[in-house]
This record gives sequence, structure tokens and C-alpha cells, in this order.
Amino acid sequence: MRKRGLALGVGVAVALYVTAPQNLDPEFLLDPTTGSLLAGDATRGALAFAAAGCGSCHGAEDTQALAGGNAFVSDFGTFYAPNISSDADHGIGGWTVYEIANAMLAGVSPNGAHYYPAFPYTTYSKMTPQDAVDIIAHLRALPADATPSRDHDVGFPFNIRRSLGGWKFLFASDDWIVTEVPSPEHERGRYLVEALGHCAECHTPRNLLGGLKTDQWLRGAPNPSGDGTIPSIHPDDLGWSAQDIAIYLDSGFTPDFDTVGGEMVNVVENTSKLPDSDRAAIAAYLVVLD
Amino acid sequence: MKTLSLIASGAAVLFSTMAFADSHADVDPAVTARQAHMQLYAHNLGILGGMAQGKIDYNPEMAQTAADNFLALANISQATYWPEGTAEGTKAKPEIWDNMDDFMSKADDLAFEAEAMADAAGTDLASLQGAMQGLGGTCSACHREYRIRDN
Ligand code: HEC
Ligand code: HEC
Ligand code: HEC
Repeated sequence: MRKRGLALGVGVAVALYVTAPQNLDPEFLLDPTTGSLLAGDATRGALAFAAAGCGSCHGAEDTQALAGGNAFVSDFGTFYAPNISSDADHGIGGWTVYEIANAMLAGVSPNGAHYYPAFPYTTYSKMTPQDAVDIIAHLRALPADATPSRDHDVGFPFNIRRSLGGWKFLFASDDWIVTEVPSPEHERGRYLVEALGHCAECHTPRNLLGGLKTDQWLRGAPNPSGDGTIPSIHPDDLGWSAQDIAIYLDSGFTPDFDTVGGEMVNVVENTSKLPDSDRAAIAAYLVVLD
Repeated sequence: MKTLSLIASGAAVLFSTMAFADSHADVDPAVTARQAHMQLYAHNLGILGGMAQGKIDYNPEMAQTAADNFLALANISQATYWPEGTAEGTKAKPEIWDNMDDFMSKADDLAFEAEAMADAAGTDLASLQGAMQGLGGTCSACHREYRIRDN
């Protein structure tokens, strides 16, 4: 009896531990030499913001203000991107730098709740501290918008945010998928694809619990919206040269002069803002995938 | 029960073979036409884009011909290409038929940019390059909302 009680107690403790939010280490945002908060640069931040595609989800179609409202259909319900403009009441104007970074990189809200992984913090967790503070500086320089955020349409049990802790425990990982990066360009490409660009969130299939099947990395997936599929961008299937990929990410033209469509149009809008060297880096990463 | 499900599955097989036969026998000619029209866009764009990207040498006459072809194509009315009920088995999204005005206005945007390309293509390479993004943008604006990807 006592043994079982103990086992039960341990089980509950483990469950509470894995479901409790793990906050971002506050030291992460500090300058190691001075010990004070890293200074963010809004101009650099605009590029990191484009690479991370924040505006594709949070931006309003007409005004481009970060008023939220875009819907994301998944097997677990429909999520709506919230207002992340600098409005103090309806946006995140009142949040500290740490609170925003904790949301972006650890998926934890200011009042300690887990965010749903429709917000791709599981990949942003690999973001550099400098990019994080730069993005925040950029966010703060954008106009406020007073549109209220919309509640998600998510049923039981997925409406219990606490249970997301188990999901994070199972699927969130700080490890890179591609472990060998022979050149700085390849390493930059890995950072842009695996951390900021969250390409795999669309291009990699998911298991029943919504975790990415990393053994089928970037090999294409059903479109969660129910319309068609998202193509494989693995070199075995795509067969494009590095230059073809870089041109597509800049202009939206495929090698046979069809054009980009669907959700990828927003991605190309973002990648077209990056320097040539970044598009070349993404392409260099993709063409040598195993 | 067993026979019933057997009959049911037999019926399902029958229906699915019928649907299969259907999709081959009766491809609406409008579907063939609109897809061919899109391919003609891509072909002419390939000449202009090949020059813009430096894959082919710039040649003002050839560029002008491609741009004129393109403009002529863009001015062909799309009205008969999209009859109701022709989404099935194609990459056209059913949403087209809920938003026909918006869809057609996207085709008009293309004709507008094609005009700009016809003015620019024969001038010099820089002008051609300048008109390329606007033109490509009108293709993807429509493909974004109204085309399914299925492979
Ligand atoms: C794929 C779509 C998507 C992208 C890309 C995205 N977000 Fe979000 N974001 C969401 C969704 C959905 C939520 C709501 C999550 C929830 O409620 O659990 C969210 C929540 C947030 C929140 C919390 C807001 C609040 O009111 O609690 C912040 C802050 C945020 N995102 C910032 C960003 C930043 C900065 C980026 C780019 C680095 C970004 N997001 C990229 C979809 C996205
Ligand atoms: C929001 C979902 C989404 C994200 C994120 C995304 N993609 Fe895509 N991608 C798509 C879709 C959908 C298509 C198909 C576009 C079409 O042809 O209509 C596509 C197509 C592509 C293609 C062309 C493949 C082909 O066969 O035509 C490439 C290359 C590509 N994506 C690369 C990337 C890279 C690199 C990233 C990350 C920087 C990325 N994608 C992020 C949805 C996404
Ligand atoms: C008004 C909307 C619209 C515009 C503008 C448009 N397209 Fe399309 N395109 C579509 C739709 C819808 C389909 C899918 C048709 C189908 O499967 O029946 C398609 C299909 C295609 C295809 C595949 C055809 C095939 O053989 O199946 C190509 C190639 C293409 N478009 C190229 C282009 C290019 C290049 C441009 C710009 C110069 C362009 N499109 C402009 C709506 C548009």
C-alpha cells in the first residue's frame, strides 16, 4: 500500500514537473561582459522579424499592423493569432523584454501559462539572444492597434493549457536536426531554416499528437487546412539547384516559370526582404539534406 | 451483416470505378483550355524571366515579342474558362466560385502589369527586370488564394 502511494506520489510529481512551464533563463538576454540587458536594434530586428515570419501570422491583411486575427486550422482546433502590436491593453505594449522573449522562445505567457505550438516557439527556442532583443526592438517601433485578440476554438482536452507541458516535454527540443555544418554558410542556412524560418512546421509531416516526424524532415506533408498538400523540399524530391531555390525565395518564380502559391506566398514575401547571402545559405542547407 | 457489408463495399468499388472513368472521359474542355492558357503564360514568362535572371542574353526584339504575346494572352477574356463545378480533379479551389468578382479582378491585375511589361521589355534589360516583379506578383496573388497544391 505504502509503496503504491509512493509510486503514485512520484507519478504525480513527475506529471506536475513535466506539465509545469519552464521559463527562459533570464541570463540568456544579458550581455555576458556587462551583465546588463542586451541592447536591441530595430533595423536589424526588421530582418530577423522577416526571417522569422512573425508578420505572416500576426499581421492584418489590409493594414499590416500586428493586430492578429489570422486563423490556423489544425487537428486540434482553430487557433487565432493574437494582437502583438504595441497597444498597451490589447497588444503587448505593456510587456517587459523578458516577458516577450519568454513567450517567443519558451512558449510561456506572463501569467505562467503554456502557449499552443501553433505559435512556433519550439523552433524560436534556438534563436540567438541578439536576434530576440532585436526583434523586440522592432516590434516596439511598430504602430499600436486596439483590435482585441480572438479566443481560440479548441475543444477538450486541448483547451487545458497545462496539458501542453507534456507535449513540450515530448516534442520540444533544442537539438539541431542537421548536426554537421561544414561551412559558415551552411550553419547560417541551418539557423534560418531550423530556428527562424520554421520551414519544417509546414514541410514536415506530424504524428498523431502533432509532433514533427523528424525522420521525414522537410519531405512534405498534408496541408492542415485540408486543401491539398505541402510539397517536399528534400533534394531527392525537389531536384532544384541551389540557385533555383535562391531565385524562388527572392522572386517566387519556379525554374519553369510557374509561380509560388498558397501559404508559401507569405514566406517568399519575407525571404525576399533578406540579403542574397541569406537566401543562398538557405539553399545551401536544403540541397545537401540527407 | 457480412453480405450487407460485402454488397456495400461492392457498391463502393463500383462507384469509385465510375468516378474514375468519369474523370477521364469527361474532362471539361474549359479545364484543358485554362491550364493550357496558364502554360502559355509560363512559356512567355520564361523568355522574359530567363533574360531578367541572366540565364539568356538580353535581346530586345525577342523580349518585345514575348511581352507582346504575353499581353495578348492576358487580354483574352477568362470568362468561359471557369464554369461552375470544374474544381474537382483540378488545382482550382472551390473558393473561386464564391468570389468570382475578386478572382476576375486578379486576372485584370495581370493584364494591367502585362501592359507595363510590354512597355518595358524592348527598352533595355533594367526596364525588363523592373517590370518582372510586378508581373510575377499578380500570378502569385491569385495562386495564393485560388490554387491548390497537391503533390
Ligand atoms: C505560424 C504562425 C505564427 C508565427 C510565425 C508567429 N506567431 Fe506569435 N502566436 C501565434 C499564435 C497562434 C499565438 C497564440 C498562442 C496561444 O494562445 O497559445 C501566438 C502568440 C504570440 C504571443 C503571445 C501573445 C499574447 O497575447 O499572449 C507573442 C508575444 C507572439 N506570438 C509573438 C510572435 C513573434 C515575435 C513572432 C516572430 C518571431 C511570432 N509570434 C511568430 C502564431 C504565430
Ligand atoms: C506556412 C507554411 C509554409 C512555411 C512556413 C514554409 N513553406 Fe515552403 N511551401 C509551402 C507551400 C504550401 C508550398 C507550395 C506552394 C505552391 O506551389 O503553391 C511551398 C513550397 C515551397 C518550395 C517550392 C517547392 C515546389 O515543389 O514548388 C520551396 C523551395 C519552399 N517551399 C521552401 C521553404 C523554405 C526554405 C521555408 C522556410 C524559410 C518554407 N518553405 C516555409 C508552405 C510553407
Ligand atoms: C486569376 C487567377 C490566376 C492568375 C492571375 C494566374 N493564375 Fe495560374 N492558375 C490559376 C488557377 C486557379 C490554376 C489551377 C487551374 C486548374 O488546375 O484547372 C492555375 C494553374 C497554373 C499553372 C498550372 C497549369 C497546368 O498545366 O495545370 C501554371 C503553370 C500557372 N498557373 C502559371 C501562371 C503564371 C505564370 C501566371 C502569371 C503570369 C498565372 N498563372 C496567373 C489561377 C491564376
